[in-house]
Amino acid sequence: MASSEVGRHLLFQSHMATKTTCMSSQGSDDEQRKRENIRSLTMSGHVGFESLPDQLVNRSIQQGFCFNILCVGETGIGKSTLIDTLFNTNFEDYESSHFCPNVKLKAQTYELQESNVRLKLTIVNTVGFGDQINKEESYQPIVDYIDAQFEAYLQEELKIKRSLFTYHDSRIHVCLYFISPTGHSLKTLDLLTMKNLDSKVNIIPVIAKADTVSKTELQEFKLKLMSELVSNGVQIYQFPTDDDTIAKDNAAMNGLLPFAVVGSMDEVKVGNKVVKARQYPWGVVQVENENHCDFVKLREMLICTNMEDLREQTHTRHYELYRRCKLEEMGFTDVGPENKPVSLQETYEAKRHEFHGERQRKEEEMKQMFVQRVKEKEAILKETERELQAKFEHLKRLHQEERMKLEEKRRLLEEEIIAFSKKKATSEIFHSQSFVATGSNLRKDKDRKNSNFL
Amino acid sequence: MSKGLPETRTDAAMSELVPEPRPKPAVPMKPVSINSNLLGYIGIDTIIEQMRKKTMKTGFDFNIMVVGQSGLGKSTLVNTLFKSQVSRKASSWNREEKIPKTVEIKAIGHVIEEGGVKMKLTVIDTPGFGDQINNENCWEPIEKYINEQYEKFLKEEVNIARKKRIPDTRVHCCLYFISPTGHSLRPLDLEFMKHLSKVVNIIPVIAKADTMTLEEKSEFKQRVRKELEVNGIEFYPQKEFDEDLEDKTENDKIRQESMPFAVVGSDKEYQVNGKRVLGRKTPWGIIEVENLNHCEFALLRDFVIRTHLQDLKEVTHNIHYETYRAKRLNDNGGLPPGEGLLGNVLPPVPATPCPTAE
Repeated sequence: MASSEVGRHLLFQSHMATKTTCMSSQGSDDEQRKRENIRSLTMSGHVGFESLPDQLVNRSIQQGFCFNILCVGETGIGKSTLIDTLFNTNFEDYESSHFCPNVKLKAQTYELQESNVRLKLTIVNTVGFGDQINKEESYQPIVDYIDAQFEAYLQEELKIKRSLFTYHDSRIHVCLYFISPTGHSLKTLDLLTMKNLDSKVNIIPVIAKADTVSKTELQEFKLKLMSELVSNGVQIYQFPTDDDTIAKDNAAMNGLLPFAVVGSMDEVKVGNKVVKARQYPWGVVQVENENHCDFVKLREMLICTNMEDLREQTHTRHYELYRRCKLEEMGFTDVGPENKPVSLQETYEAKRHEFHGERQRKEEEMKQMFVQRVKEKEAILKETERELQAKFEHLKRLHQEERMKLEEKRRLLEEEIIAFSKKKATSEIFHSQSFVATGSNLRKDKDRKNSNFL
Repeated sequence: MSKGLPETRTDAAMSELVPEPRPKPAVPMKPVSINSNLLGYIGIDTIIEQMRKKTMKTGFDFNIMVVGQSGLGKSTLVNTLFKSQVSRKASSWNREEKIPKTVEIKAIGHVIEEGGVKMKLTVIDTPGFGDQINNENCWEPIEKYINEQYEKFLKEEVNIARKKRIPDTRVHCCLYFISPTGHSLRPLDLEFMKHLSKVVNIIPVIAKADTMTLEEKSEFKQRVRKELEVNGIEFYPQKEFDEDLEDKTENDKIRQESMPFAVVGSDKEYQVNGKRVLGRKTPWGIIEVENLNHCEFALLRDFVIRTHLQDLKEVTHNIHYETYRAKRLNDNGGLPPGEGLLGNVLPPVPATPCPTAE
């Protein structure tokens, strides 16, 4: 209908008017726009790009979401139970021991689905935190782990052929720090760890096993904790208050930190309802009852209201800080020595030269070492060859000598044989001669006898 | 704090538990990605709302380029698309003004808002394209401009101290206007599209479609489609980027039946059947721009703005920009693809992202 078109036109006009008035309050933004010569337009009809957030959201639904929680706290303080309760699932079954020599981190990934939203949830638990006798190095593995996730993302981002939109983001989005319900104050280990983590991750401190602290003690305890954190300059995560719809809630929650929580997956019948609770002889502590503990508030803040903001803060603040420090450490700067902007290319070329030189030097070294080794081996081989040759000669000589000796012996032997046969011959002749003189008659007779026979 | 809200949620959770408790998994969970059955409502799906709020606050950028010979109705079409005086028409020229010697690139930015969604729209006009006697290489200034935008973005991204939100001036969509000759594509058209379909999303559009009858229109479209296919020109939505079957069937339908869109543009309103519509008045009737029987403007508008706007931006960012970046870093460093930008500088990182120390 014509009237509706006109009506819509007027509505847009007025909308633009109000928007311009409030846009002019965002001074710098507008000025920048004016500088860039951008004008605000009014449209005379419905164009349709208000479906843009829907398009964006649909795309994200298709891809799925990632959320990574790190739980830091002493063994047995109730980390796994709280996570189970938060996500209403039994994730893990076994308890960890108290006798680990140093702090380790255990990460597990789960895929949850609720209506059409798929969430890849990673829970990282500290194992053995606070159990050692000497706790000086306790926080280091945690810091290393967080840094390693940033590093992996940075590596992926710097690759030439990269695929950031299919990358499984493993950076920690929130750290739930479990404080022991002593009722007094923070332990030194807690302070130390939190101070080392606050610039790397969003920290939300929670008071664990809050059913051991009475209501009045709890108030004082919370105040004491917050004042200690503030006086030590620990930056915990503040729920954002810039969006009008949730600012009030968030601001109220900020004043209720740290949340005192109780976790339980056991179900107890209370009245005519079955609730998650812990049953004691003196009563039942209901997990989802706001008079009993702050669990509902924690779940509300963590999941329902601020999950996206946590992810954004991790990416835009903590990750950028890490990236900046890392790149500066490696010698990359945006501004060169004469304060002229240095392009990445120049820095890169310089680095490349450096590394080329380095690499060449190393190559030379290796080559030389190799040549030397080869020479040594050759020398050894020659030695052995010579030795063998010598041995061979020696043996040959021995052999010759043996032979000559044998030849000698043989000659001697032959001479002896000749001499002997000579002697034998002469003795025979002698014998026959003497025989002939006496035995010639005999022989004649012998001959006559013989001839008679013939 | 609204006390009412969490209580209803717990009520919901509890009432879900009481009538129909879902079976608890009997086998202990293995520490690997598994599908867990949730025993009650948690609130994970509120992340959609959170995301939507965030995007509405930050606003969107959209950069659209129009290319075609002068007089094909580019400015009028853009004005019709966004229902406002986005570009000043060149028809107010007088003959004494020189035809630009080379292709000029004019980018004008606007801020428009609808339904709480703020959009910074930039229309990039290319006067002088195809207007000279010798049009060789007239696409080069355009290609240069597109690459310059990628370069600007890359430089920002690679900075040490980066801005929170890098201003996006990359061209998300290029509408190429085809002259409604009724015969086939011109060599200039083919050359342009061949060169630019690799760097930007091209949507071919048949301009001034009111000069063709229905039969002529469908024949022409078929012929154009065939020629584009024969020449290996992939216009948006590109076949190779269809992600799943749903996308593929939807996009196939668009590619094979509707594209290239035959459009008519107008920013004048006339009274037709008691309604005021945008149209062109001729002695033989009024051509309604938004009437699907008359021309396909509504299809183009829905396609570009209502359904595929985000996808246009994503293809530009994830594919065209990444290709440019990879090529740039490759040529620069002479490193084989896949190696880090900083070569041997960063220590090798283990393949799995979480070094579980167990």
